Amino acid sequence: MYSRAPFIFFVLILVLIGLGSIYYRHVEMGVPLTAGEQIEIWQIEAQLEFTGNDAAVNAKLTLPTDINYTLLDETTASPAYGVHVLRDELKAEVIWSKRRVQGKQTLYYKASYKKAVNPGTEPAAQGSPELEVWPEPYQGSAQILLDDAFNKSGNQATLVLQLLDLLNSDHQHMAMLLSKYSKSEVLVQLMTMAEMPAMLVRGLVLEGGRRNQQLIPLIKAFINDAWQIINVDSATTLNDLPILVWQQDSPSLFDVEGGRNSKIFFSISKSSQSGLLEANRLINRDDVIDFGLYHLPIDQQNLFRGILLLPIGALVVVFLRVIIGLKCSGTFMPILIATSFIQTELVNGVIGFLLIVSIGLVIRSYLSHLNLLLVSRISAVVIVVIGIIILFTVLAFRLGLTEALTISFFPMIIMAWTIERMSILWEEEGGKEVLIQGGGSLIVAVIAYLMMDNVLIRHWAFNFLGVHCLIMAVILLMGQYTGYRLLELRRFKPMAED
Amino acid sequence: MRNLANPFTLRERGIMGMNQRNFSYIGRYNDRALYPNVDDKLKTKTLALEYGIAVPDLIGVIRYQHQVTHVFDILAKHNGFCIKPAKGSGGKGILVILHSDANGYQKPSGDYVPKDEIIRHISNILAGLFSLGGTADVAVIEALIEFDPIFDGLSHEGVPDIRLIVFQGYPMMAMLRLSTHASDGKANLHQGAVGVGIDIATGKAKRAVQYDQPITTHPDTGKKLADIQISDWQQLLYLSAGCFEMSGLAYLGADIVLDKQKGPLVLELNARPGLAIQIANGIGMLPRLKAIEAMDRRRTKSIAERVDYAIKNFNN
Ligand SMILES: Nc1ncnc2c1ncn2[C@@H]1O[C@H](COP(=O)(O)OP(=O)(O)O)[C@@H](O)[C@H]1O
Ligand SMILES: [Mg+2]
Repeated sequence: MYSRAPFIFFVLILVLIGLGSIYYRHVEMGVPLTAGEQIEIWQIEAQLEFTGNDAAVNAKLTLPTDINYTLLDETTASPAYGVHVLRDELKAEVIWSKRRVQGKQTLYYKASYKKAVNPGTEPAAQGSPELEVWPEPYQGSAQILLDDAFNKSGNQATLVLQLLDLLNSDHQHMAMLLSKYSKSEVLVQLMTMAEMPAMLVRGLVLEGGRRNQQLIPLIKAFINDAWQIINVDSATTLNDLPILVWQQDSPSLFDVEGGRNSKIFFSISKSSQSGLLEANRLINRDDVIDFGLYHLPIDQQNLFRGILLLPIGALVVVFLRVIIGLKCSGTFMPILIATSFIQTELVNGVIGFLLIVSIGLVIRSYLSHLNLLLVSRISAVVIVVIGIIILFTVLAFRLGLTEALTISFFPMIIMAWTIERMSILWEEEGGKEVLIQGGGSLIVAVIAYLMMDNVLIRHWAFNFLGVHCLIMAVILLMGQYTGYRLLELRRFKPMAED
Repeated sequence: MRNLANPFTLRERGIMGMNQRNFSYIGRYNDRALYPNVDDKLKTKTLALEYGIAVPDLIGVIRYQHQVTHVFDILAKHNGFCIKPAKGSGGKGILVILHSDANGYQKPSGDYVPKDEIIRHISNILAGLFSLGGTADVAVIEALIEFDPIFDGLSHEGVPDIRLIVFQGYPMMAMLRLSTHASDGKANLHQGAVGVGIDIATGKAKRAVQYDQPITTHPDTGKKLADIQISDWQQLLYLSAGCFEMSGLAYLGADIVLDKQKGPLVLELNARPGLAIQIANGIGMLPRLKAIEAMDRRRTKSIAERVDYAIKNFNN
């Protein structure tokens, strides 16, 4: 007996491949789900200034390793310096070096970052750092403050909130601590005493159009199984402005050997770019196996943009025929008509189609009096169609109707076959059937066009090839659909009565 | 929604839809390689002769252009005949000549056709004017069917034929198709022909529909349709059942006409018969198809056994 298992299995495989590839493209590669999606990109420029001592210079700048951001590109500008960018698991830094340096020097490092699409998780804290006991009376005050906060809190998160409150209060012990230590230092000390992993880091507030910025001190704390960044000056766990953690685990941000008066400034600018372009740019760079078509030459890409719409059209045709039961002449003729509608726009397209077909039918009815053989008749119709198209194009041009010029995008051979089929239908089954089938074809074409012209669908068809696996699966399933067609329910209506 | 039937009611009544016909019956049971047996009328005829199935006599075949002028040698021996393309369908390219005399060849409409018109018609057939996709074809000339007078007054211009659906050799449902003025002499139900459901057991009319609506009299002639009783019904069932072995197609539509002298003749076989027959009979075909599918097939049944089964079981 016939078994459905292999079929179901095949369909399932297609669905899995389709969904898997869509998931991969979106989540791993960051291809956006909608076409116009913009992502923010921050260009950060670090400007390192110092005065040379008339000796060899080695200037080192620590670079960010924040996993929440993806580095898009980086450049350095520094006349006559040897430049090295070092990156490994532990640290990232750029080193400028030059044999003899004298006078004022300015070194530039520029990088652009975007938010990471799918940031990994940072390893959990390995216990709390060792406590460095402060001299009295400071340690004693700290202990009092901690006890106070501890009593007013229920868990780690509320403890942190309590500590932050205290930090900004005019509590006398706090005032004393702050006379010697900075707010950040105090918070880290208190958290360390409470055996919560916390460390001082420094980061850059990402806000477009800022110049002469410095890194701000921040606390990175492991609260509730996740690392969080706390900005003690604003006294909140920060979510409003994005912060790029620049310096962490390294004692100094920059270090100039053989220079003095060294200073660093950051300036930040923000721009937005098409998420799509950005995602695909990264793919090229990283050379991952990729399912996108962006590495093809542009004209090839454009070709595929069109070709990849055909499965959408096919889906529409199968659906309208198998599920709805619409009759149309020629199985896939409506798709081809729909693709030409894309060039001509809908209204022009429909008018053009009706014009060509109706004039074609009139001329074809004359040809049928000549009693020609099929091949010559169809060839004659092709030439007639070309004639009609030229005539209309010239007329439209003369009349200044530039929109009508697109009529030449209609596929002439297909139009000729359509006219031929319709005219045979007319002779055999009468004008009513021509209207039914011609109207059916036009409806199918218009629906297919509306689907194929949809920005979102176009985006998906080209950027997520997995969609085509899904379409294939749906088409296969519809190929085994044995239920009634919608129009059959009307046809068989009398059978369901009495 | 008021115009739509409830699909569950239809399912319950065993009505078969197009998708199910295509997938569960035609796609599953009909081997594509056998389609030429029914799509090529010349092949059908040769097979029919081999299997002893009654068909209209074959007068001659014109295969090549240079033979075209010889057609008159063949035609001279016959008064009436029919020229048709072997691979035609839907009545395309069929030229029926009732009788020939000094004026030329007379069509059923009464018009005369001159000799060169006949030559041109055959040339067109050979060039593929009437066949699908324009492939080259051959012209088949067969004897004129003289229609049984029992159908007088039941058909407008065209010739009534009886369509039987034969599944795995069991005649399963039958319908008489009568052309009307509205159908322009054609026997297609959707064009306005009358479909008369025929009881498989007796050959008696059950009910009639035009445009899917029940009617009792012929719309052009006013003759009562309920009185129809098809003669030689048993013989007709045997003939249709035999088409299974002959064509090898398990789901099959047989078009049978009644000749005054020769009785039932198979005019044409169809690998994709339509579904309107259910409307004409007022019942769905699924119960019958399922009953046949469920039967024990360890021993192939003879034609007589199958016809007996059909008469006993398909009598409503
Ligand atoms: N031998 C014949 N004598 C008289 N009429 C015929 C003959 N053959 C065909 N016809 C007429 O032509 C119609 C179509 O013939 P058919 O063989 O069914 O061809 P098609 O495959 O084109 O339907 C028949 O319904 C009948 O009216
Ligand atoms: Mg026929």
